[in-house]
Amino acid sequence: MAPTARTKAKADRVQTTERGAHWKQFAPRLVGEVMRAPFSWIRPEPWGIHVVPADAWIDPGKAVERALVTHGHADHARGGHGETVATPETLAIMALRYRTGIEDQHGDMPSMATAVEYGETIRLKGGVDATYIPAGHVLGSAQILLEHAGERVVVTGDYKRRPDPTCPPFEVTPCDIFITEATFGLPVFTHPPIEEEMAKLLGRLEAHPERCVLVGAYALGKAQRVIAELRRAGHIKPIYLHGAMEKMCRLYEEHGVDLGELRLVSDAKKDDMRGHIVVSPPSALNDRWSRRLPEPITAMASGWMRVRQRARQRNVELPLVISDHADWSELTRTIEEVDPHETWITHGREEALLRWHQLHQRRARALALVGREDEDE
Amino acid sequence: MEEFAALIDALVYTRSRNEKLRLIAEYLRNTSRDDRGWALAALTNSLDFPAVKSSTVRALLQERVDPVLWTLSRDFVGDTAETASLLWPEPEGERRPAPSLSEAVAELERLTRKSVLSELPKLFDRLEPPGRYALVKMATGAMRIGISSRLAKVAFAQAFDVEVEDVEEYWHGLVPPYDELFAWAADGADPPDIENLPTFRPFMLAHPLEETVVDLSDYAAEWKWDGIRVQLVHAGGETRVYSRSGDDVSATFPEMLDALDIPAVLDGELLVRGSAQGGEEGGAASFNALQQRLGRKTVAKKMLREAPAFVRLYDALIIEGEDLRERAWEDRRARLEAFLPRLPDSHFDLSAIVEARDFDHLAEIREGTRDAAIEGLMLKRRDSPYIAGRKTGLWYKWKRDPLLIDCVLMYAQRGSGKRSSFFSDYTFGCWDGDPDEGAELLPVGKAYSGFTDEELKKIDRHVRQNTINRFGPVREIERTLVFEVAFDSVHASKRHKSGLAMRFPRIHRVRWDKPPHEADRIDALKALIRD
Ligand SMILES: [Zn+2]
Ligand SMILES: [Zn+2]
Repeated sequence: MAPTARTKAKADRVQTTERGAHWKQFAPRLVGEVMRAPFSWIRPEPWGIHVVPADAWIDPGKAVERALVTHGHADHARGGHGETVATPETLAIMALRYRTGIEDQHGDMPSMATAVEYGETIRLKGGVDATYIPAGHVLGSAQILLEHAGERVVVTGDYKRRPDPTCPPFEVTPCDIFITEATFGLPVFTHPPIEEEMAKLLGRLEAHPERCVLVGAYALGKAQRVIAELRRAGHIKPIYLHGAMEKMCRLYEEHGVDLGELRLVSDAKKDDMRGHIVVSPPSALNDRWSRRLPEPITAMASGWMRVRQRARQRNVELPLVISDHADWSELTRTIEEVDPHETWITHGREEALLRWHQLHQRRARALALVGREDEDE
Repeated sequence: MEEFAALIDALVYTRSRNEKLRLIAEYLRNTSRDDRGWALAALTNSLDFPAVKSSTVRALLQERVDPVLWTLSRDFVGDTAETASLLWPEPEGERRPAPSLSEAVAELERLTRKSVLSELPKLFDRLEPPGRYALVKMATGAMRIGISSRLAKVAFAQAFDVEVEDVEEYWHGLVPPYDELFAWAADGADPPDIENLPTFRPFMLAHPLEETVVDLSDYAAEWKWDGIRVQLVHAGGETRVYSRSGDDVSATFPEMLDALDIPAVLDGELLVRGSAQGGEEGGAASFNALQQRLGRKTVAKKMLREAPAFVRLYDALIIEGEDLRERAWEDRRARLEAFLPRLPDSHFDLSAIVEARDFDHLAEIREGTRDAAIEGLMLKRRDSPYIAGRKTGLWYKWKRDPLLIDCVLMYAQRGSGKRSSFFSDYTFGCWDGDPDEGAELLPVGKAYSGFTDEELKKIDRHVRQNTINRFGPVREIERTLVFEVAFDSVHASKRHKSGLAMRFPRIHRVRWDKPPHEADRIDALKALIRD
């Protein structure tokens, strides 16, 4: 299927000025008040969440007619859908990936792309309204609020609550059903303030001016956040990039994220990189590629680095606990703040989060979606 | 405590042995006098606080964390101390300053079974997760961070530029925090006085003979027996038996303690008498009979009666307080022969010298022996002093066929079928150089046979308790356990990192007694290539 240019809106657009107006109108709602089975219009299936009257899927794991995509990570944003509805940034990320073949898993570009800005509501088929709300996960990431027949469902995609210079922060949106991720859904996961991790990284760099620090970071989101945070911490030296990182960094810059001076490892001499930070995808950390670097100290930016075994498995010498996902306290705090009637858990360590719901007399179920990965690696 | 915790974490994340040595040495040099000895004690697993058990820590956590969440977390993290350090609820209000390492040790020493449940939490509250992790590891006496006590001693020697063999020699006369040891090594004081203490002296060790041919006018040959090498020490009115690694195994062989009551340090092979008779000296049972007695803290009377231990002497380091180690082997041997009649012959005999016309004749004798208790031959330079460690050209071991080599267990995997609940497939390695000089282990082969069901259970337990890493189904094991591996032949192979491939390797013996740094080197294995 040949990619066509982004076209706007097959769906009707409704501009909402006051988000949550529907909520006020319908809450509190008593069980049994509605005649037909509540929430029968939204169905979790192994391949994604099916919005039945709209004939649309959220983050489907296979090609469908109409997909609502929360963000650009590969396990949420597959290629080959008939229509893809996402934020302009997410569409740009998908276009970059599926056109350049960086992560060309499913081949085709969406034949039609529908851009929705944050805060914008579009009307889908069957009288379903969808609103895209910042999720604070990566550039363009959104929660999707779905409203139908007076019922409200929020699908978070992936999210975090910590500030991130590369994307707007998560917004708490009250709803009836909260469909959340649980990547770090275990109480051992506490992501420390990022300033501490930056200090560790810069401290190690300073202690070894004759070496370089090689930071493994997910190519979409984590890498750019780490670079932006380094700049915020006052690190102005050029940062060297693995070739696979370049295009995504440029895309971030085009969207107004300042990453400072970036250089490619492939253009540099070994000695130029002494005393500098190099950023690569995690897969390149122990790869032959890293031989061109001057005695690299291997670091990795990931929430998994909280656990020693995980760091050791990757031969990491400098674990940096930096995650784009909510940690345990953020997950549980968010659920308390959103205060839904019921929580559905899409992926991650759902068992512990289910237990937490039980302990707090809250309703929850695990969806066991297929094809989701332990992101943040 | 925080600096010590930082050291522990740095060690956890460091693969290179040299870098580990550097980190420990730097810490020992730069840490306060109050703390450094306790750190050395912790790294050599010499600390024990009986009031603090892994179960104590679990109990404390289960009072504070939902048991289901605890179990899920523990399963994910894979380590009780680490899970506890991460799940411990942060205290309300301002955190009291972290204790120093010596303060923490003092607090831990004060704990009783009763007070531990109320006092240990106070210590936890003063620490951040890495500090709590290090504290629990230290308190439960199981650091398990891939640091052997040998490595810590090598690092100590490196820190203060002293000989590690001297450290080993003084070690057993001292207790934490080793003030005399630091005074000697770091501050130039006299060495610790151990003369009247029954302490361990490091063994003199042999190189494999390989291609070397020696002249029998320079070298004497004696049998190498298939038991466990021991050192018997009598000093200050006390007798002790030490294993090769310097562990005190006196309690395992109590019958030897009364057998020596003259101040002396003797080197020999401990064997047990049994039905598998043989050999010119006679009376030694197979190694399996001896295995039954190894690793026991107390010994049943029946066992003492049916499989009594005796020592076949090789050498004498000290006799009646006189240090003979500088003397030539010939002199020491003469002194030992003269001394033997003063020892009870129920518990001692002498390893016979093997007389041969020349080297070829010796080879013939070696081929011809059928005694199961004989492992091979030892060749000792007649004029060699007794020198700790392995010095080239002085002593050689010439093992009997089949080809045998000592390897270190590196990885384990579950077996299949009946054995699927056991870790029964083992990958083992040899050193790519001198382990005390930063050599690494390279895998040389895999085996899943050669051990008894009883041994399998024991190895399986060892694997579970010493896992330092998991890669899917594969466990990486702390490099502490030595296997004597038998194999038919060895060939050059490009497919393996070690450059070698063994044919039909099987576990010949599990050497619970042998320290890993004494396992063989890749070069020893290479020398056995016949194609
Ligand atoms: Zn994501
Ligand atoms: Zn995800």
